[in-house]
Amino acid sequence: MSAPTVLMGAVAYDPKVVTIWEGFRAWLRGRGLDFDFVLYSHYERQVEDLVAGRIDAAWNSPLAWLRAERLAAANGTAVRALTMRDTDQDLTSIVVVRADSPVRQVADLAGMVVAVGAVDSPQATLIPLGHLDAAGVEVDVRRFDVGVGLHGDHIGGERDAARALVAGEVDAACMIDANHLAFVQEGTLPPEGTRIIAQTARYDHCNMTVREPESAGVQLFGTLLLGMSYADPQVRPLLDLEGLTAWKDGRTSGYDLLARAVDAAGFFSPDGRVTATDYRP
Amino acid sequence: MSTAPAADVEVHLGDLGFGRGAHLLVQRALAGLPPGGRVAVSGRDPALPVHLPAWCRGRGHRVEWPDLGDRSDLVAVVVRGTADDDRWFGAERAGPALPSALSSRPPARWGLGARGALLEAGGPEARFDLDDRDLVWADVAPHLYAQAAARQWDPQTAVPWDDPFALPADVEAAVVQVMTYLVENEQAALVVPARFVGRIHPHFREVVQLLAVQMADEARHMEVFNRRALLRGAELGTSSAGGRQSLFTLVAESDFALASFLLSVLGEGSFVDLLSFLHQNAPDPVTRRVCWLAMQDERRHVVFGMAHLEHQAQLDPRLRDRLRAAIHRRHDALADTAGLNADVFDALVVLAAGGWHPDDVSTGFDRVQALQHAMDQGRQRRLVRLGFRPDEAAALSALHTRNFM
Repeated sequence: MSAPTVLMGAVAYDPKVVTIWEGFRAWLRGRGLDFDFVLYSHYERQVEDLVAGRIDAAWNSPLAWLRAERLAAANGTAVRALTMRDTDQDLTSIVVVRADSPVRQVADLAGMVVAVGAVDSPQATLIPLGHLDAAGVEVDVRRFDVGVGLHGDHIGGERDAARALVAGEVDAACMIDANHLAFVQEGTLPPEGTRIIAQTARYDHCNMTVREPESAGVQLFGTLLLGMSYADPQVRPLLDLEGLTAWKDGRTSGYDLLARAVDAAGFFSPDGRVTATDYRP
Repeated sequence: MSTAPAADVEVHLGDLGFGRGAHLLVQRALAGLPPGGRVAVSGRDPALPVHLPAWCRGRGHRVEWPDLGDRSDLVAVVVRGTADDDRWFGAERAGPALPSALSSRPPARWGLGARGALLEAGGPEARFDLDDRDLVWADVAPHLYAQAAARQWDPQTAVPWDDPFALPADVEAAVVQVMTYLVENEQAALVVPARFVGRIHPHFREVVQLLAVQMADEARHMEVFNRRALLRGAELGTSSAGGRQSLFTLVAESDFALASFLLSVLGEGSFVDLLSFLHQNAPDPVTRRVCWLAMQDERRHVVFGMAHLEHQAQLDPRLRDRLRAAIHRRHDALADTAGLNADVFDALVVLAAGGWHPDDVSTGFDRVQALQHAMDQGRQRRLVRLGFRPDEAAALSALHTRNFM
C-alpha cells in the first residue's frame, strides 16, 4: 500500500519559507507521510488551487482563510482549519501616535492622517481600520503597499508606516502588538516616543486550511504537526524560523473581527471573489 | 509528601517597559518556577498591556487576564510554558572548561562550541579531523601559550633600525643573502602550522592558540628579516631550487605529528643553532638583534614540538617507526637536489670570517663546520629524548636535509 500523501501550498513571502518547509518535509517523510509543497507568489492563487483540489492543504493567512471559506461554500464544499501555531492565537492590533501628539483618544483622530500597511494586511490595515470605522471615526488613510498579495506577512509596510509616524509625515500608525514591541526594541520607534491610543479586540492569525472531508494523508499531516516537539533538536530550529513553539488544533472562532472588516471594506464578496478595487496581487 | 501548588510570584516592574528590558525581570521570575507556574506582573508602563502578552506569545507562555478590580497596577498573570525547558532538553556540556581533564576524543557535535559551554542539542556536526588528544595535545601547551603571548614584541620598536653602521659591500651582501634565506624558511614555518590550525578540534584550544601565536611569531620574523635585507639596498639575494624543494616537503606533509617532527624537532631545532650562530657573528646591531629576537621565539616552538611528541611516543611505541620513515622519505625526496643554497653557505663563512685574509676565511669555515656539528648534536639529543637509540639517532640525524630546516 502506498504511503498517504499531502501536497501543501505555502506563500513565499520570505526566502526562509524554503528552509522551513524543506526541513519539515524531511521530518514528515521520515514519519511515513509522503509530503511535498509548492510555493505561491501570493495567497489568491493558493486559495483558488486549494478549493479546486489542486493542493491538499494551504498554509493560509487569516485573510486567505476567509476567502477559502467563502469560495468553498460557494462551490458547495467546505474547508477546515487543521492546525495553527500557538503564536497565531489572541493577537491584537494597535493604533499609535507620537508621544507629544495632542491625540488622547480614538475620537481625536477624526480627519487626521493614519498610516497603515499594505492594502491586504489584516493586522496593519483591515482590522485596525475596521476598529476605527466601528468607533465612527473617519480618518485620512495613508497606505504603505509593500508586498501586496502577501496579506501582510511582509513586515515592510508596517515598518514604513512606523517610520512615517516618527518622521512626522502622519498623525498615527497601525501595527500588530508584537511589531510595536519589535520596532521599539530595534530602534525603529524611540522607546518612549510613541503612545498607544487604541487596541483592537483579540483575533487569530494563520491556519493550515484543508478541504473537508479530509484524506488519510491530511489526517496524518495534522497528527504529525501536533506531535512536533520544541524539545526535538531536528525541528526546533525550523519552529524558531516559523515563529512558534507548538502547533495547536485549528480554531475558527478568532476571525470574526477580520470578517467584519473585510465586509466593511468590500474586500471580498460573500462568495469569495476579490472585490477590492485597488488590490492587484 | 504533598504536591504543593506552584508558588505564585509577583513581579513589580514599576515604570520599566518592555522597550527597556522589562522582559529580564519577567524572565527571571519565570526561571524560578516549573512549567505551569504563575507570575503576577504589575507595572505602570502604558504599553505593558500590549507588550507583555506579545512577548509571552512568542515564548510559549500563556497569559491570564486578571480581574481588574483586584489590584490597580496588575497587568496580567503569566503562566510559564515549556519552551524554555524544551530548548535545553538533551543539552550537554562540551567537556570540562579547564584543560586538566580534557576529553580524549571530543565529538564532532561539540564543534565550535566553547569548551565547557552548555550546548543546545542539534546544530552542525563540525568535523575537525585532528580530534585525538594524544595526537595534538601537550600539557605544557597552556603554559607555553601564556608565555608566548606575553613575549610578543613590536618589530618597529624592538629592533634598533636607526643605529648607525656601515658594512663593506661584500659583507652587506652576505647579510642580505642570509636574510633572504631566513625569510624563505619562515614562510614555510608559518604555512605549516596554518595548514593544521583549521583541522585541530577546538576542544584543544590551547594548542590552536599556541600555533596561532607561533604563526604570528613567524610573520614578525619574515618582516624583520626582510626589512634588514632591504635596509641598505633595494634587492634581496638568491633562492635555490633545492632550498625551496626542501621547504616544500615540510609544507606538503599532511600528518600533524610528522609535520611537527620535521618542522619543530629537526628543522626549527637546527634553526635555533643557526640564529645563535648569526647572533654571535652578526656584523651590525640590527642583524644581531633580529636574530636574537627570532631565536627566543623559535626555542619555544621547539619546546612545544618536543613536548607533544614525547607524550605521544610514550603512548604509541609505533610512533618512532613513523618518524623514522618520515626522515627517510624526506631524504629520498631531496636526494637529487643540491640542498643548501651554496650562496647561503658562503655567506655564513664570510660573516664568521670577519675579514678577507686567508686565515680569517679558514677560521670562518671552521666556525660554520662547528655550527653544522652543533646542529647535528642537537638533532641527535632530541631524537634520543624521543626514544631512539644513540647510534640510530646519529644515523637519522645524518639524513637530515642539508638545507638546515
